[in-house]
Amino acid sequence: MELVAQLLDWFTAPAQWTGSSGIPVRVLEHVLYTVAATGVAVVVGLPIGLAVGHTGRGGTVAVNTTNVGRAIPSFGIIVLFFFIFGIDPVPAVIMLVALALPPIVTNTYVGVRSVAPAVTDSAAGMGLTGWQVLREVEIPAAMPLIMAGIRTSAVQVVATATLAAYIGLGGLGRYIFDGLSQQVLNQVVGGAILVALLALATELALGRVQRLVVPRGLQARSRQAALDAKLT
Amino acid sequence: MDWAWVGENLGRIRGYALQHLFLTAVPVAAGFVLAFPMSLAAIRWRRLYAPLLGFTGMLFTIPSIALFVLLIPVTGLGPLTAIVPLTIYTLLILIRNTVEGLDGVDPDVREAAEAMGYTRGRRLLGVELPLALPVIVAGLRIATVTTVGLVTITALIGAGGLGRLIVDGFTLFFPTSVVVGVVLSVAFAVAADLVLLAGQKALTPWRAGRA
Amino acid sequence: MRFRRSTLAAVILLLAVLTGACAGGDALEGGGGGSGGTVVVGSANFPEQLVLANMYAQALEDVGVKTKTRLNLGSREVVFPALRSGEINLLPEYTGALLDHLAGGESTVTEPDPVYEALQEELPEGLVALEPAEAQDKDGLAVLPETAEEHDLATYSDLAPVAGDMSVGGPPEMETREVGLPGLKKVYGIEFAEFVPLDTAGPVTWEALQSGNVDVARVFTTQGIIEARDWVLLEDDKDLAPAQEIVPVIAEDSLSSEVETALNEVSETLTTEDLTDLNKQVEIDKRDPAAVARGYLREKGLVGE
Repeated sequence: MELVAQLLDWFTAPAQWTGSSGIPVRVLEHVLYTVAATGVAVVVGLPIGLAVGHTGRGGTVAVNTTNVGRAIPSFGIIVLFFFIFGIDPVPAVIMLVALALPPIVTNTYVGVRSVAPAVTDSAAGMGLTGWQVLREVEIPAAMPLIMAGIRTSAVQVVATATLAAYIGLGGLGRYIFDGLSQQVLNQVVGGAILVALLALATELALGRVQRLVVPRGLQARSRQAALDAKLT
Repeated sequence: MDWAWVGENLGRIRGYALQHLFLTAVPVAAGFVLAFPMSLAAIRWRRLYAPLLGFTGMLFTIPSIALFVLLIPVTGLGPLTAIVPLTIYTLLILIRNTVEGLDGVDPDVREAAEAMGYTRGRRLLGVELPLALPVIVAGLRIATVTTVGLVTITALIGAGGLGRLIVDGFTLFFPTSVVVGVVLSVAFAVAADLVLLAGQKALTPWRAGRA
Repeated sequence: MRFRRSTLAAVILLLAVLTGACAGGDALEGGGGGSGGTVVVGSANFPEQLVLANMYAQALEDVGVKTKTRLNLGSREVVFPALRSGEINLLPEYTGALLDHLAGGESTVTEPDPVYEALQEELPEGLVALEPAEAQDKDGLAVLPETAEEHDLATYSDLAPVAGDMSVGGPPEMETREVGLPGLKKVYGIEFAEFVPLDTAGPVTWEALQSGNVDVARVFTTQGIIEARDWVLLEDDKDLAPAQEIVPVIAEDSLSSEVETALNEVSETLTTEDLTDLNKQVEIDKRDPAAVARGYLREKGLVGE
């Protein structure tokens, strides 16, 4: 109960809402790291997944590489790139891109591969070029899985962007690392709550995007796809 | 890279690797022990499944470093402070894959087993579990690989296995130590993944030749 | 109604998870401290602490005391509670800083002997501060030579009129510690435009000062990096930072006459110059803290070859 009172104090202190270490600035920094990293991961990962899925070549290599990517410890990566770039958002973004790529590549690849050959064959038979098959048939059909991958990535990125504070950057991780050093636990809890809320907001926002970009006929499959995606 | 340092510190590095093994194996095992009955309950009582996923999914969004820090006053700077959150993080993946795996068993197979007089328990152990094994092991593999990475962060609260090499390398501004920590951690995750995959193949010989 | 039932289910699950996880973990508790005569030496998270803790551990090993090191654990706020709870048994400390931590900033003494005496008064039951070394490592503020020249800075007092346009970087705990921002304001009237939380005078702080992310950086006065990079260490002309003699703080349970003698011998030889040189070996020459500690103990004849 004492913690709840302290937590309320922490959230309601006027100083908490202004200045360079106030909640609005920290949230904004956190969002910027997240958007930058997820954006780069989509720009890089989507074409790889599509190319591999469409041609059917290099699938094992791509999936295995991204699985090794999953094994890379985020914490080590940010420290390593700090040695190269110093106090700069670049190490944080590299760490987060490495984290975000595997689900995006894997889901895109699996999504495209899982389009029934009969469908793509008949599309080709109707005279569509390979490029058109990809754009008109495979991408829309794979969309539920692709979006599920992006959602998984983005939520993980929000939680992990916390580590940026370890190398002197901002974001919501500041509250957690500063709270650790000073043993001010209400600040740690406050920071963790904000991160969890941001993750939730990200999930909801991307859910909305998903409804916009997934063809109506495939909407019902989206939920199931989201579950299936995690299994691969 | 300072290879001489690596040679001089092999003993210490081996110690950290063993600690890393411990800090990975215990949470994954404990997570599985917790997740399995929860998954069975979720299958038996369908209504539990959504809140169970929602709740473990919520836990998953709490940054690990925050959970570690919050446990310090309760469990100190030791391995227990690392193990409890790491266990919690495995639950979402393990429950989901166990439930989906068992759900995915062909209803015809289930009926056939019933017709042959299998009791509920024997059907689960003798028929459904073996068939769901690939999906369950897939969950274990993801949980294990994720945990190996998260263990490094626990170096910040005095545990850490190979993560100690990362934190010490950072404090001393000594990249060699960080590189060794990262490379060994990745190698360890990949090795653990392959061991689990091999284990699954050995346990499901009828799937030989399939992916 | 449905919603309430699923919420209830979630709460029950939470309890199940927590109790299950705790029960499962208890049986698997790994290395604890204290028991079996092993002295667990801990340290905070900066290079000097790693050297000192290794030094203590090696000196004890040399007289046949079994030790284990748990180094680089975090700030005093994290490490000292671990000493009190028995997770570690021995810690290299700084008389003034520890006194501040224990007295909550109420202490007014600054000279070495009164500080040490006050510290002994304040130490919680079960902990002992052995003989302090002559060596001192204080919290200091450093600026780039250009900055010093531009604003004509040599002392903390020189900072007061210009600090309003400057940013300062240091460990997160600097914001709340008495020798940190609160003391700078109280004693010198220094109020920086911005405080940037970094690390404990480590790589992040060096980088932040060198690249201009901050104008002023919190350093340790014994750091080799200050000279190596030509930074200007400002003089604490009103003695905000109290005496900071290096002192081994140990749990009574781990204390024996041979332990006490061995640690006191280390403290007897250690000077501020020694400490600065040891830090340089680790920070600049990139030598292993354990090897640096061993080299020092051998040179002083405190351990056998």
